[in-house]
This record gives sequence, structure tokens and C-alpha cells, in this order.
Amino acid sequence: MVKPSRLHVPKTPARPGEAPDFGYLRLSAAGAVARPDPGAPMPETRYLSEELVRVLDDGHRAVGPWNPGLDAKQLQAGLRHMLLTRVFDDRMQRIQRSGKISFYMRSFGEEAVSVAMAMALEPDDMLFPSYRNQGLYVVRGRPLLDLMCQLLSNTRDMCKGRQLPVMYHWAEGNIFSISGNLATQYPQAVGWAMAAAIKGEDTVAVSWLGEGSSAEADFHHALLFASVYKAPVILNVVNNQWAISTFQGYAGGERQSFAARGPGFGIAGIRVDGNDFLAVHAVTRWAAERARTGRGPTLIEHVTYRAAAHSTSDDPARYRPKDDYDQWPLGDPVDRLKQHLVGLGEWSEDRYAALVAELEEHVASSWKEAVKHGTLTEGPRLDPGLMFEDVFKEMPPHLHRQEAEMRAGLEE
Amino acid sequence: MAVAQMNMIHALNSAMDVMLGRDPSVVVLGEDVGYFGGVFRCTEGLQRKYGESRVLDTPIAEGGILAAAIGMAVNGLRPVAEIQFADYIYPAYDQIVSELARIRYRSAGEFSAPVTVRTPCGGGIRGGQTHSQSPEALFAHVAGLKVVMPSNPYDAKGLLIAAIEDDDPVIYFEPKRIYNGPFDGDPGKPAVPWSAHPKGEVPNGHFTVPIGKAEITRPGNDLTVVTYGTMVHVSDAAARGLGLDAEIIDVRTMVPLDTDTICDSVARTGRCVIVHEATRFAGFGAELSATIQEQCFWKLQAPILRVAGWDTPYPHAFEWEYFPGQARVARALKAVMEAA
Repeated sequence: MVKPSRLHVPKTPARPGEAPDFGYLRLSAAGAVARPDPGAPMPETRYLSEELVRVLDDGHRAVGPWNPGLDAKQLQAGLRHMLLTRVFDDRMQRIQRSGKISFYMRSFGEEAVSVAMAMALEPDDMLFPSYRNQGLYVVRGRPLLDLMCQLLSNTRDMCKGRQLPVMYHWAEGNIFSISGNLATQYPQAVGWAMAAAIKGEDTVAVSWLGEGSSAEADFHHALLFASVYKAPVILNVVNNQWAISTFQGYAGGERQSFAARGPGFGIAGIRVDGNDFLAVHAVTRWAAERARTGRGPTLIEHVTYRAAAHSTSDDPARYRPKDDYDQWPLGDPVDRLKQHLVGLGEWSEDRYAALVAELEEHVASSWKEAVKHGTLTEGPRLDPGLMFEDVFKEMPPHLHRQEAEMRAGLEE
Repeated sequence: MAVAQMNMIHALNSAMDVMLGRDPSVVVLGEDVGYFGGVFRCTEGLQRKYGESRVLDTPIAEGGILAAAIGMAVNGLRPVAEIQFADYIYPAYDQIVSELARIRYRSAGEFSAPVTVRTPCGGGIRGGQTHSQSPEALFAHVAGLKVVMPSNPYDAKGLLIAAIEDDDPVIYFEPKRIYNGPFDGDPGKPAVPWSAHPKGEVPNGHFTVPIGKAEITRPGNDLTVVTYGTMVHVSDAAARGLGLDAEIIDVRTMVPLDTDTICDSVARTGRCVIVHEATRFAGFGAELSATIQEQCFWKLQAPILRVAGWDTPYPHAFEWEYFPGQARVARALKAVMEAA
């Protein structure tokens, strides 16, 4: 007998009190996935969207055709950038708890996605990040002081007090303003890339979103426009398994990979071990070469894990097992790159401890400098008249009147 | 400068032609705007003249069109995006409201997106509830957008060039009922072409009509009618029909609003009727009315009245009962004149 249709509700693998279960994850062995030529037509790359590109094996050796062949110096720089991102995140999280900043979002566990990609791209490639890509700023060299002043909305705040913490921007560093609304940056990156193609420039646009926000219409618009106009863009789905409390199955990840959305639009899709610095670097190079040589866009799914809370406003203990991350089969990106370097004889626990101490000191001294320019609760403060500027290029009469009205109110 | 007789379609086409020719960063994109020249023919011939990568046909995805235009603008282009009907603009609303309007603000001026969004609005063309709307108030309410609606070919061209050259985003509404000729609100009368109207004479080359300036299209002393788009012509006809010496003000730009021109006039006449085709409740007329009473209260001799579309969707079979035509405008004009 044929069963009647019943609503399927995605099953979350494990909730608090249950044992972590990552049986749903499809893994490939390190080195096992073939690397097609970056110029290969999309149908010849289709398998990449279902396999998992990995370079570091269980013994932390770099194996297989995707090994990007980075030298020890580059690997050490990658480790440093990831570690600085993590130390910075940890410190800002603690400071948020103390009330000096209103809000924070860590990228703990996902550092390789931003750091390896930024290192594999060219400095004039334009980045359209989500709110969990602070590693991009670290690699491109924005001083932590500037990021901290944004978090504090203080007198040196790049956003002039208008944006939530972590919604950075950096025109000079080619990093676009973070919206705070999800996925909106994705099709904008495609438009940026279309303009580069219209102008005949060989720069590439790159954007990121979480697997949760890939449910937004903007995701589909981005893939469609990227495909239709063969835009030189790299679109990244950071599949960190969780959208606040909601498991990736609710974004459509239960039956098919997110990377497989690429071939559905005629775009190459790659599923990569997002905690494998070398693999992320390698697929980024592959996609960037493809984009730069007129072969169009690539969709990359980074399989990773959001080891921290979504933000300082939620407690993961309420929706997932406490030891979930300990059981995550793809390990920790910082630890894996460190072990790889140790195996190469290019790193040691002592050097690691010294680096951590150095970076913690750097973060602490940057913070000391940042708070001199004010905090959310203690002066000096920005002039509130700044709220009326930049609504338009030239302030129209009604905003002049409102600013005068506000100032009169302050003087009462 | 040489002038030509143009209807609004020709004038809009001429504005884009001039700008595509002058500025290599200008691109035009939208559904059916390329090969076909647009469903209302506003982009006719532009793709042939400027090529497929400057006049782009797009997928049917208004949110995608706006997002792509934003990204292009951030990368140094000046996109003119067409949304085929204002009624189709809502899939792009998030990209307009949350993104386009605020990119300069949220990045403290480091990034900006000078996008012009052209979209035909208004009814009177048997378009039913999905091809007749006038959603200008939904955009005028958003900080960071300039909002424009011309009422004749001359202004259409001058304002569109000004919009494209503006460094801020502009939502540019085109009242489609008057694309081909001014319309006094009586669908039974034979159509009048723009060639019979002084504003149908338009310079061929580059000129601008400033954004943020209203125009007194007919000076008068009895009362002030504040209106825009198609209703400029309907209001004018209604006032003439009553033999009133009405001052008609074409708002032209909702944001930034030229309150000086409007309030100076009302302070002089002491009487005011506001006319728009969009629904009344929380419509742009409410903003006009509130502003006028704040500035002109002691000069007013009668309550400010509004004439607008009824607060219903735009019904296909009852279009002319819905449309705020001459009779409704005339009733309000009389009521304002008869008040103490």
C-alpha cells in the first residue's frame, strides 16, 4: 500500500543530553579527490560538489593532488593569522561579558576559511564578507586597534557610531561593508564582478555566507546572475552546521550538499574540508584562476563547525550537546596546521606557546590604546550630529533642521 | 541647443542615450530592456547603439537586478536599473531599503552606490491591481533615498539625467498613463499628444532639472493644489473647470522635498488641496499635509484636504471609480473654497 504524504521535519542529529552524532557527514579520504584543470568545463567538475577535498591526512601530512605546495614561511604566516584571529576573538568575547562592548561574534573553529582564502587571493580582489570573516581583516593587515574602536563605537570608530560591533568595512583594503542583514552581499558581489568584466579588469569578487542564510532569495539571485553572465566571482557557503539553534538540514542540507547547488545553476561547485588550511587555500587558488581566466564563477562549500555560540546573545548549551565540537570529525583548523608544521620540523610547542603569548600581548596593548578613545559607556564620545551625515552626500535641508532640533534638545 | 517634440518615452530614452554617450560608466539593465527596448519602449535602440554589455537584459529577478546594480555601482559604474512595473519592485525592496539606501551611511562614506531605479507607476491603463500601483510613499519613508516623479517630457529628461549624475540613489517613478500624452482624468476623451503641450518640447542634448525643486505649473491666488505625476494634469483641468484661480504645484521630488515653494504658496493662498493617485492612508499626502499645517497653520483659512486613490487594491473593472479623477478633485477644491 502507498503511504500518504506526511510532513517531513528534518531530524537534528543531537540535542543537549544526547551523544554528538556526525554520522550524516559524507567524508572523503585526504588526497583522494582528483584535481581537474581550472579550465575544465563545469560537467567535468561535478564530482567535486559531492566529494570532500582534503589535503591534510590523519597524520597531519599534506597529500594528494590538491596540495598547494606552500613553503614553511607561508604556513607559519597562516598559523599566525589564524591564531591572532582566535586570540582577538577570545579577548573581545570576554570584554563583551564585562559590558565594555554591546555585542560580539567569534569565528572560533572557522578561522581557516577566512585566513586561507585571503592568503590565496590577490590584494585587489574585492571581498564581500559575512559577519564571521574577521580573519580577512587580519590577513589584509587592518590594525586590531581599528577593529576594536569599531567594536567600541568610540571616537575612532570607522563606522562613526552607526553600526553594530563587527560590521566593519575597509575601502582601502578592498573589503566591503558588512550589512547585518543576511546574504544581501552575495548578489552584490556578483554585480561587482560583472562590472569588473564590463570594464575588462581581471580582479575577482569573493563573498561568504553561512549555510543557514543560503536559504535567502539573494543566494539564488547570486548564483543565477553569476551563471548567466559568467561573472568572475567566488561564492562561499560556510557550512558550520548551525544557524543559531537550527541544524543545517533546515537550510536544505539533509539530502544534498550545498556545493551541489552550483552545478544546478551551471556553476562549478566544490565541497572542501573547511578546517584544512591547505585544502581551503588550494580550492581558492583553483577557483580564482578559473575566474581570472574567463571560466566564470565557483561555489565553494566549506564544511566546518561553529565551535562558538552564534553571538554573545545565545547559549549553545540550550540547543546542542556540550561536547559536540570535541567529537567533530574534521578537528580544529589551528591545531591541524600546527601539527602539520610540527611534522615538517618547522614548528614546536615552545614556539607555539611563545606565539600565543606574543599575540595575547599584542591584543592587550591594542585594547589599552583603543579604550583611550572611549567606550560605549565612558567618554570621549562621538558627536551625535554625525548621525545626520552620510545619509546623503550633501545634507538636505530637512536633516539640517533635524540636526538643529536635536542640538537644541541637548542644550536644554 | 536643438529641441525636438518628445513624449515621455522619447524623453527618457533621450536622457539615457545622452548619459550612455557621455559617461562610459553608465549602464542600463533590466527585464526586456536590451534587444527588445523595454515593454514601454523606453530603452529602444540603446543596446544596438551601446552594446550588450552596457545595455543588459536580465533574468526576471528584481532583487537580483538591484543587488547587481549595487555591486556595479560599488565598482565604479552608474547603473540605471529598470523595474518593469512599480508593482514588481517589492522583491527588490530589501536590497533598496536595507542596502542601497544605507551603504554610504553604514560605511561612513567609504562606499556609495549611485544607482538610479526607473519604474513605471500609476493606473488608468487597465492594468489591474498588479500593474497600476503608486508606491512612492514606501520609498519616501526610507532614509537615504531620493524619490522623483516627473509629470511631463521636459522634466522627465532633465530629472533622469540629474538622477543618473546624482551620487546618491534615486528612485525614479514614471507615471505611465502620461507616457504618450497629458491626461486630464477623462478616459472618454480622445488622447492628447505631448506635441500639444509646451513641455513636450525637449532639448536634444544634455540638460538637468534639479532634484529637490518643485515647480509652480500654474500660478494662482485662490488656493494651492499640491500634486505630482498624472494628477498635475487632472488637478489643472479640475481647477479650470471650476473657473478657480488655483496655484498648481508639481512636487516633482518627494525626497528631498521643496517645502519652501509649497509652504510659501499655501501661506499666500490660505487654502490647500493635496492630490495623488496612491492610496490615501499614510500616503505621501499625509506628509505634505502635516508639513504644511506645521508651517502654515496660522495662515490657513480652511482644513487641508486630500484627494487620493481609495484605500483598496487597484481594481480592474472599477478603474475609473478608483482613479481620483476631475470630479473628486473638484469636490475637494469647492469644499476648501467654501470653508469659512
